[in-house]
Amino acid sequence: MKFTLKIWRQKGPTDKGRFVTYHAQDISPNMSFLEMLDVVNQQLTLKGEEPVAFEYDCREGICGSCSLVIDGIPHGPDPGITVCQLYMRRFTDGATIIIEPWRAKAFPIIKDLVVDRRALDRIMQAGGYISVNTGGAVDGNVLLIGKDQAETAMDAASCIGCGACVAACKNASAMLFVAAKVSHLASLPQGEPERTKRAKAMVAAMDREGFGSCGNQYECEAVCPKSVSVRFIAMLNREFLKATIAEPMPQAERQPGPDTESH
Amino acid sequence: MIQLNSRVPAGPLETKWDRHRFSEKLVSPTNKRSVSIIVVGSGLAGASAASTLGQLGYQVECFCFHDSPRRAHSIAAQGGINAAKNYQDDGDSIERLFYDTIKGGDFRSREANVYRLAQVSTQIIDQCVALGVPFAREYGGQLANRSFGGVQVSRTFYSRGQTGQQLLLGAYSALSWQIERGQVMMHPRTEMLDLIVIDGHARGIVVRDLVTGEVRSHIAEAVVLATGGYSNIYFLSTNASGSNVTATYRAWKQGAAFANPCFTQIHPTAIPPSEDYQAKLTLMSESLRNDGRLWVPKQPGDTRSPEQIPATERDYFLERRYPRFGNLAPRDVASRAVKHICDEGCGVGFGGHGVYLDLSDAIEEQGLEVIRERYGNVFDMYQRITGEDAYKAPMRIYPAPHYTMGGLWVDYNLMSTVPGLFVIGEANFADHGANRLGASSLMQGLADGYFILPYTIGHYLATTKSLPISRDHPDVRAAMEQVTMRTSRLLGGTRKRTAASFHRALGRIMWNACGMTRHRAGLKHALQTIPPLRHEFWRDVAVLGSGDTFNQELEYAGRVADFLEFAELLCYDALHREESCGAHFREEHQTPDGEPLRDDAQFAHVAAWEYVPNGLPVLHKEPLVFEFVKPAMRSYQ
Repeated sequence: MKFTLKIWRQKGPTDKGRFVTYHAQDISPNMSFLEMLDVVNQQLTLKGEEPVAFEYDCREGICGSCSLVIDGIPHGPDPGITVCQLYMRRFTDGATIIIEPWRAKAFPIIKDLVVDRRALDRIMQAGGYISVNTGGAVDGNVLLIGKDQAETAMDAASCIGCGACVAACKNASAMLFVAAKVSHLASLPQGEPERTKRAKAMVAAMDREGFGSCGNQYECEAVCPKSVSVRFIAMLNREFLKATIAEPMPQAERQPGPDTESH
Repeated sequence: MIQLNSRVPAGPLETKWDRHRFSEKLVSPTNKRSVSIIVVGSGLAGASAASTLGQLGYQVECFCFHDSPRRAHSIAAQGGINAAKNYQDDGDSIERLFYDTIKGGDFRSREANVYRLAQVSTQIIDQCVALGVPFAREYGGQLANRSFGGVQVSRTFYSRGQTGQQLLLGAYSALSWQIERGQVMMHPRTEMLDLIVIDGHARGIVVRDLVTGEVRSHIAEAVVLATGGYSNIYFLSTNASGSNVTATYRAWKQGAAFANPCFTQIHPTAIPPSEDYQAKLTLMSESLRNDGRLWVPKQPGDTRSPEQIPATERDYFLERRYPRFGNLAPRDVASRAVKHICDEGCGVGFGGHGVYLDLSDAIEEQGLEVIRERYGNVFDMYQRITGEDAYKAPMRIYPAPHYTMGGLWVDYNLMSTVPGLFVIGEANFADHGANRLGASSLMQGLADGYFILPYTIGHYLATTKSLPISRDHPDVRAAMEQVTMRTSRLLGGTRKRTAASFHRALGRIMWNACGMTRHRAGLKHALQTIPPLRHEFWRDVAVLGSGDTFNQELEYAGRVADFLEFAELLCYDALHREESCGAHFREEHQTPDGEPLRDDAQFAHVAAWEYVPNGLPVLHKEPLVFEFVKPAMRSYQ
């Protein structure tokens, strides 16, 4: 197979960046998309041109490293997979393919197709955990957790943190990412004690990092390689609302009541 | 000259760990605040250790080459994690898990370490549940179990086919909490390129910032390596692209003994290799063997499609050769049986490198829905890669390099032969002997990180006086210069050949000479072909760009360069071990019907290799003494 590739090249965060056209020849339909890029890169290297930087590691759809927008769609045309699980047999011979990085204010470009996704880690650090120390945990069967409940938690927990949801959203919102973690922990009794604090802290961190707000267009779910459902966003909204109502107002913000005299 | 002292406590097996913990010195809470520890790697072992050490009050610096600690390769483990909970009341116990692991490792591991592993296994499950890991549950709400290769009880806990992911995300969440608390300083996209040893003690590391290219030193009171295994020495393996030997190999060159490097596990159930461009082999969860049956056509060269071959003309070769364990024979046994049957010409698919893994009987007995729930994601993965529907026709599988039991030598405290250098998880050699059982790597990684290292490192820190070291210390500067020089050497090749093509060539040498089976002539031949390849690499490697930017080819070339040296050590070790044990199968040492011949009289030892500058590596032997179990012929027939 033959392809014309229009690939985003950008030397560094401050470079303007541009599309460069490459021709991929002798591509087998059984190659993965990333193997096709490997071949292109090997040829570039031997020609003395710097290869295209792109992220990858496990190449089996679980580590969340790979992050390419292919013809405008994060992770490419097929639902429920990462780029590394996309195979060239999916494309028409001779096609032109446009390859771009994740584009979002919160994901600055490092080089070519590689972006900085540390903002997602910082959201997790704000509250995406159950704060229990190592040691002293009770027997795992003391907490009975219904099968359905465990399955719901697992559906949410399957998020791989790739950031495709952000790349697909025109507001570059990280709602699906945050919703997945909040819902995973809110679905389990272990997550209960920090439930309200977590929802608020993670949403606040998301805002701080410069992610946009949710526009309810569900592009995130459509591109999510683990098909994490947008109903978890509804769950996050519920958690967040409950947390805001439940919260006692801080002392300083309390308005003086009718019975407080001021002199 | 290296001295191997295993520091295994005396006395009864059951109480060794408890007594040892009590006899260990502690670091007082106020002193912990001024002690810094470096943890390299953020997989199951690294993340669990870094978070626990942070929680204890140490100042921890954690490093990973990924953009986020959550992406370490532990994430890809599919099947599950073992623990001696005996929730199924099927006769499991700490003793049984201990015995299964020792026997599974073909009596080439330390009794005391393995017993401790079995002991802490139960705590791991409780800890993970507390962290919110969504393990599979029964309808009544209790934790579910499944069985796994090499054992006859159901002791494996799992989260669908993504157990590694869920356990890692649990450890990552604990790590995130400690980062938020300021106890752990995380350095993503930072690669360790050398170990700093001062006055015989590990005191820091040299790293390269993968974004800016800056080479920096970090100093601490102790260094913990949790940098995984080296299966990528074969080029094609089930490991992630980035998995490499650099950290442990650099530590070896700084004086840490490397133990049993030739114990490399070849996993039986991966999708078969196809053409040359292929970048990795994808594993199909071993749990498939619970319900699947392995077979090939009885007639070599049979080109009929699988459904056209009647049962009488199929050879269910594992069930035939190992009637007691059948399709659940341990990994090494199953892999060799697959290779054997393919070598006889009965293999199916591309190049005859494949056998059928057939779940149609299970689908018929248990229903499609049950099987879909259990293995749905694995079936989907198979379809994506091969374009074939595994619900309709059997999958094809072939063995693939998967895990390395060998690693840096450590004592009972998980400390290497360099004082202050601790090694945990797959990076050490300790618990799996010559072969690892399924669902045991997650158990070992978390045992080391959550429950063992945080105790044992305290004793070292409490009993060692570390003087402050400045970054201008001559040894620190020398180590930094070495790294910088190496980087410029990698950039200075004639650019005739890519690092990947050298890696592929090395992989082919290693797979043929030191893969599923090994023999003397092949190993000697490999030892002759590796040095010229390495020479050519340094002369002709093509690394473009510069050292002071984000440069993936440069990172990769550095890792390949270390594989090209380490490969020789692997061959020396395989050559020295004139026996067949576990995953190490020497063709000279087998029974007439192809079963391995172990030699306890001569080889019941750990082979720990010492680096000698400009010389051949020197072998030291740690004798393995079996006080509590009797090494038996490991038969699964």
